[in-house]
Amino acid sequence: MRVLMRVAAGVLILLLIAAVGFFALAWKGEIEPVAAVDRAQFDQELIEQGARLAAVGNCIACHTVPGQPAFAGGLALPTPFGTIYSTNITPDPETGIGKWSEEAFQRAMREGVDREGNHLYPAFPYDHYTRVTDEDNRALYAFLMTRQPVNSTAPENELPFPYNMRMILAGWKLLFFEEGAYHPDTAQSEEWNRGAYLAEGLGHCGACHSPRNRFGAIDPERHFGGGEAEGWQAYAINTESPAPIPWDQESLAFYLRQGWHEHHGVSRGPMAEVTGNLGLLPDSDIAAIATYVASVMGEPDAERQARAEALLAEVSQSQSPALVDAAPAAAAQPGSAQGDGAAIYAGACAGCHDGSRPQPFGGLPFSLSTAVNAPNPQNIVNVVLYGLPPADGEATSVMPAFGGVLNDEQVADLLAYMRERFSDAPAWENLVELVARTRSGEHKVAIRPSDGIERGPENVGASGGAED
Amino acid sequence: MAISLNVNGETHEVDVDPATPLLYVLRNDLQLNGAKFGCGLGQCGACTVVVDGEAVLSCVTPVSLMEGREITTVEGLGTIEEPGPLQAAFIEQQAAQCGYCIPGMMMTAHALLRKNAQPSDQEIRDALMTNLCRCGTHMRILAAIRRAGELMQQAGAPQTDRRAG
Repeated sequence: MRVLMRVAAGVLILLLIAAVGFFALAWKGEIEPVAAVDRAQFDQELIEQGARLAAVGNCIACHTVPGQPAFAGGLALPTPFGTIYSTNITPDPETGIGKWSEEAFQRAMREGVDREGNHLYPAFPYDHYTRVTDEDNRALYAFLMTRQPVNSTAPENELPFPYNMRMILAGWKLLFFEEGAYHPDTAQSEEWNRGAYLAEGLGHCGACHSPRNRFGAIDPERHFGGGEAEGWQAYAINTESPAPIPWDQESLAFYLRQGWHEHHGVSRGPMAEVTGNLGLLPDSDIAAIATYVASVMGEPDAERQARAEALLAEVSQSQSPALVDAAPAAAAQPGSAQGDGAAIYAGACAGCHDGSRPQPFGGLPFSLSTAVNAPNPQNIVNVVLYGLPPADGEATSVMPAFGGVLNDEQVADLLAYMRERFSDAPAWENLVELVARTRSGEHKVAIRPSDGIERGPENVGASGGAED
Repeated sequence: MAISLNVNGETHEVDVDPATPLLYVLRNDLQLNGAKFGCGLGQCGACTVVVDGEAVLSCVTPVSLMEGREITTVEGLGTIEEPGPLQAAFIEQQAAQCGYCIPGMMMTAHALLRKNAQPSDQEIRDALMTNLCRCGTHMRILAAIRRAGELMQQAGAPQTDRRAG
């Protein structure tokens, strides 16, 4: 009995030590508030540098409700753990970061802790931002502190116990968060390192393009292995990329610069905001990001390369300016799923997608489409139902929404037909159910134009329940 | 393929290829020439009709999907003798110049006003985002749609979709 007591006491003491240690780690002090920050104290060049960096970080996308003032926060971010609302990062002293010193801002970016010492949820991707240099954070701070202050408080997060306890984030950080600046790989070129710094740090590509574990942390084994964002699939951008035509540095740079590429189509969903924002960057930074991502994707093997060349030859042959030949498959028997899908394709899709108009205003031939060749059909479902909304006041690609015309079975028939005709990959399963869940809003999808979130209406193209 | 179409409250039987765009059937088989061919690619809105209350681009809508659906074209909004509220408002505001885009504008507006009798200007602009007018009568089109909303409210009841063209 006495032995048992001793063991129990020992365990208790160990637990206590662990608890004290954890508390010491978890505890973050408050950083003193500062009085109103004077705009004149920031150098104009620093502010402009900050604007470019904020574009790389895509800060505006999460910290703005579409159609509302930029950076004022309040956007609902659905996560598997509950809904988190983005915060106001305008320099409003009451509701924004107006009382934050640069030191507090630097700490938030590097450690994921707010000015008062609260741990921040990793929906704010500090697991990436921790790589950002002090100089770049200084520029970002100058940019944000010189924005228009907006008095606006985000709604309370809707997180059930225990996720509403910020202290548990200290444990999360202990397990999954690696604090620290970017370490250049000396074996690689300067351009590669610049690209890696931007992509792995502020650019936080992996936040969407990598799978997460059940604690919401990025799986380090599957870096860039594909993830999800705002109801869209973020495709794998490593060796698993499902693009029929393999990406290379040149095509990536063009796509990131222009928001489209002739062999890959147009960017859409949350990626449209990303490519829209990157417009502020110099070509050299875009080229650097492309160099880095292309190197992660690697050289395609000979078989994949040969298949891509065959596809491109096939497409250029069929894209003659002569009348569109949409009929071959439409001859299938109507009434069968394939027949219905073929007729819908011929009447609704072929005019643009089998046409001769080049990208980005013509439709992408589907044999080149990543969406049709991807393992998960979510993106093509989203685009069929909600289309691609145009940007405001400029020539952009636009696709009509077909949600009003096609019922769930018809969308499923169409997609089954397209998968069969334009991809060698196995048929998708449970299409009707997926379409129904997307249409009803049970699966939430953000549908936005490419030209800046603060100008976009909240709910372009999406019907009824697609947004809450 | 034999298809039964319900257009402006009347039933029509047509025998066409299932992939034929609804626009072609309306214009060529039913002689309802209100909906216009603009781009043929679903990008300009001139061919817009209303199907089960939703604005639909008839040039990229295969007719095989229309079995059992309720289709309204601009002819269904009123007659020359008795224009409906939208038509009356467009005439009153002189919202047409060449007029080619106007049937599509009216049908998109019709779908909007059925759901929302008093839309804000922003809501009208959002709804008409994919209807293009190259003459530049946009401000008059906006005014006409606001006016149509008023006329519909004065009439007290939402307009029916059932008037034959």
